[in-house]
Amino acid sequence: MRIIADTGRCVGAGQCVLIEPELFDQSEDDATIIVLNETPEGELVEKARQAVHVCPSQALSLED
Amino acid sequence: MTTTEKHEFPMARTCPFAPPPAYEQIREEEPVSRVRLPDGGWAWAVSRHEDVRTVLNDRRFSADRQHPDFPQLVKGEAASRRPDEERLLIAMDAPEHGPARKAVLGEFTVRRLEALRPRIQEIVDGQIDELLAGPRPGDLVDSLSLPVPSLVICEMLGVPYADHEFFQEHTVAVIKQSTPPEERWAAVRAIQDYMTDLIAEKEKNPPDDLLGRQIVKLRADGTYRRTALAGMGFLLLVAGHETTANMISLSTVAFLRNPEQLAMIKADPGRTLNAVEEMLRYFTIIDVATARLCVEDIEVGGQRIRAGEGVLALGYSANRDPRAFENPDGLDIERGARHHVAFGFGPHQCLGQNLARMELQIVFDTLFGRIPTLELAMDIDELPFKDDANIYGLYQLPVTW
Repeated sequence: MRIIADTGRCVGAGQCVLIEPELFDQSEDDATIIVLNETPEGELVEKARQAVHVCPSQALSLED
Repeated sequence: MTTTEKHEFPMARTCPFAPPPAYEQIREEEPVSRVRLPDGGWAWAVSRHEDVRTVLNDRRFSADRQHPDFPQLVKGEAASRRPDEERLLIAMDAPEHGPARKAVLGEFTVRRLEALRPRIQEIVDGQIDELLAGPRPGDLVDSLSLPVPSLVICEMLGVPYADHEFFQEHTVAVIKQSTPPEERWAAVRAIQDYMTDLIAEKEKNPPDDLLGRQIVKLRADGTYRRTALAGMGFLLLVAGHETTANMISLSTVAFLRNPEQLAMIKADPGRTLNAVEEMLRYFTIIDVATARLCVEDIEVGGQRIRAGEGVLALGYSANRDPRAFENPDGLDIERGARHHVAFGFGPHQCLGQNLARMELQIVFDTLFGRIPTLELAMDIDELPFKDDANIYGLYQLPVTW
C-alpha cells in the first residue's frame, strides 16, 4: 500500500499528524503535509486509513 | 414558491444537549430542504453528514459573506455588511484564500502547538488555583472557561491580557443574535481598530509573537498590509477564546451528567483526546457558521442547487446523523468521533483546531484531577445556556466542590 498526498489540496489542518506522527508531519512554513513513510505496514495501515477518512480537504488517498 | 418552505430558520431547541428536533425530521424526510430565513429569504438546509462534507469541500460553493446573495442568518444582517471592508479569511474563496491561510498556518502546526503545552498547563493550574481560593459556589465561566483560552490566545498573538474585558464585551455583542446590525458592526469595528493600533505599534520593532512574526514574514514576501493583518488578528482573537470557552463549560456539564464517561478519562488520561472529539461532535457549538453561496449548479443529496442560491450546511445535524455515527444522540467518548464536522470541513476548516484540542485536553485532565468532588451548584434546567447566540455555550456555570 502507498499513501498519496496532494499537497496542493492540503489545507494544513494537521489531523493526519494527530492520528499518526510516525507517518505524517507538517511543513514548518505553511503547515501542509509531509508524508514521512509512504508505504505503511502492520498497525500503521489502519492509521493511514483513518487519516484518509478524516482529512478535511480529501488530499489523502491510498493506492494498493 | 413560498409554500415549499416547511421550516423557519433558525429552528428552536427543546433540550440543551441536542439539536433542534426539526433537524432529525428534515434529515430523514427531506435531507436537502428549503428553509425560510429571518429576513424573508430562503436557503437550502443540508442535513446529512456526507452532503455537509460535500458542500464544505466543493469549489462550487463560495464562502463570500460580503456577497449580496449570501444567505443571511440574522435579520438585518445585510445592513451590517460593508462590501468595501477588508475581506476576512473566512469570507475568501480560492485562489485568494489558500495563500492567505497558509501565511499564518505555520504558527498552528501540531509541533509548534506541542511546544506551548507546558505554558498552557501553567495557565490552567493558575486559574484552578484561583477558583479553589474563591468562594463556593464559584462561576466556572469566569474563573476557568473564559480566562484560559483568552490568556493563551493573547500570549500567542502578543495582545495585552489586561485588555481582555474590552474585547470580551465586544465579542459578546458580535455573536449575540439580538444585537442590532449597527451595534454589531460597531463592535467588530472596535476590535479591529484596537488590533490596527496594536499592530501599528508592533511594526516599529516587531516582537517575537504571532503578530510580530507575521509582520516580518509578510514584509519579506512583499505582501504586508496592516489592515489585512488586523483582520486576521481580529479573527484569531475572537475565534480563539469564545469557542473554546464555551466548549469547556458545556463539556464540564456533560461530564458531570455522565459520571461513567468521566470515570473513564480519570482512570486513563490516554482517553481524554477521544473524549475531546466526542464533546466537539456532541455539542457542535458553531452550527450555522458554515453557510455558503452556490456559484455553479451542482447536485447534492439528489437535489439540484443552482448558482445564486444559499446553502446552510448544518454541522450539528451532520454530527448527529446515524449514517455517520452509531447511536448519535448518546455521549460515548470511545466511539471514534474524529470524522465529525464540528470544526467545519474543507479549505475553511478551523485553523486553531489543534490548539483547541490541546486546551480542552489539559483542562479536562487538570480540572477533574485536581477537583475530584466538582459538582454543579445549579439545576441543569436553570443553567443560562446561550440559546440566543450564534455560538452555543453557557453564560455562567455555578460549581461547587
